[in-house]
Amino acid sequence: MKLVKYLLVGIIFGITLSKAEVISWFRIYEMFKFQSFHMFGVILTAIAIGIGVMRLFKKGIIKDMNGNLIEVAPKSKGNYRAILGGIFFGMGWAIVGACPGPMYILLGKGVVAILIVLLGAHLGALFYGMNKHRLPH
Amino acid sequence: MDFILQPWSWYVAGFFIALVTFLLFYFGKHLGVSSNLETVCSLMGARKISDYFKFDWKSKKWNMVFVLGLIVGGFISSQWLTPSEKMNLNPKTVEELKAYGITDAGEKFLPEALFAVENLFDVKVILVLIVGGFLVGFGARYAGGCTSGHGIVGMSNFEIPSLIAVIGFFIGGIFITWLVWPYIFKFLLG
Repeated sequence: MKLVKYLLVGIIFGITLSKAEVISWFRIYEMFKFQSFHMFGVILTAIAIGIGVMRLFKKGIIKDMNGNLIEVAPKSKGNYRAILGGIFFGMGWAIVGACPGPMYILLGKGVVAILIVLLGAHLGALFYGMNKHRLPH
Repeated sequence: MDFILQPWSWYVAGFFIALVTFLLFYFGKHLGVSSNLETVCSLMGARKISDYFKFDWKSKKWNMVFVLGLIVGGFISSQWLTPSEKMNLNPKTVEELKAYGITDAGEKFLPEALFAVENLFDVKVILVLIVGGFLVGFGARYAGGCTSGHGIVGMSNFEIPSLIAVIGFFIGGIFITWLVWPYIFKFLLG
């Protein structure tokens, strides 16, 4: 029962990204060509509201469901990993037109070809885990 | 009901994404999809060959349930909430893609050339999909997050690594879209 709420939140996320066409390969192509504001609007709106919410967390005005202060864990440091990993990720995103969230959503939509993409994504994560110590971070 | 069946505008989508981000924090977790790739690797046996994958997967169970929700959400949306996939793409984008041989831009969410079931046995298509997927998985874990973890959560929290990662996303994406896709189109359709 404790896990059901995550299922529901996932469903909201899945429907949202579907209905706003974020799962569309064409929307990603258009975004990287700067030919539409749509994707930028989606991301910037989420960030703008997010900034406000983070402030309420930090000031302790909103606490979590157990009444604890919500601390947003800082992302792990490292400029090389951020820029190099980011570039590789962006290249993949532009090829398959889907970041990890939309991959799963497209699977639910019944797109069989996405299984190949997901296989590749898991192999990529596996490759990173096995070679982490050899990469600059 | 009509509102739900129409395509959602960017501000509605942005609001719901922020709501999901908020709810996960409220539950004591945080939004981040790509870490599930590692959890699955670990469960499939990677924990036996690499220390990196020796973590307590049970602590990530909530995130796997979240991903299950994504799959269900995609199903619900395509079955009952999307009467038409016609999109309002920039006519310039549509023209441009037509010139490359992609004739279905804006008719459906995905180009047939890359995602049609008939093309699943085409070695060229498989190659493009698997290489793209590999780069997404490798890049996301190397960078320490994807569009959700870095792009939304990290950026909302003014994280410098996230800003750098997002700049990286766009360097990589612009490079592929502007300079490499013309050749991939030729490779696939030529």
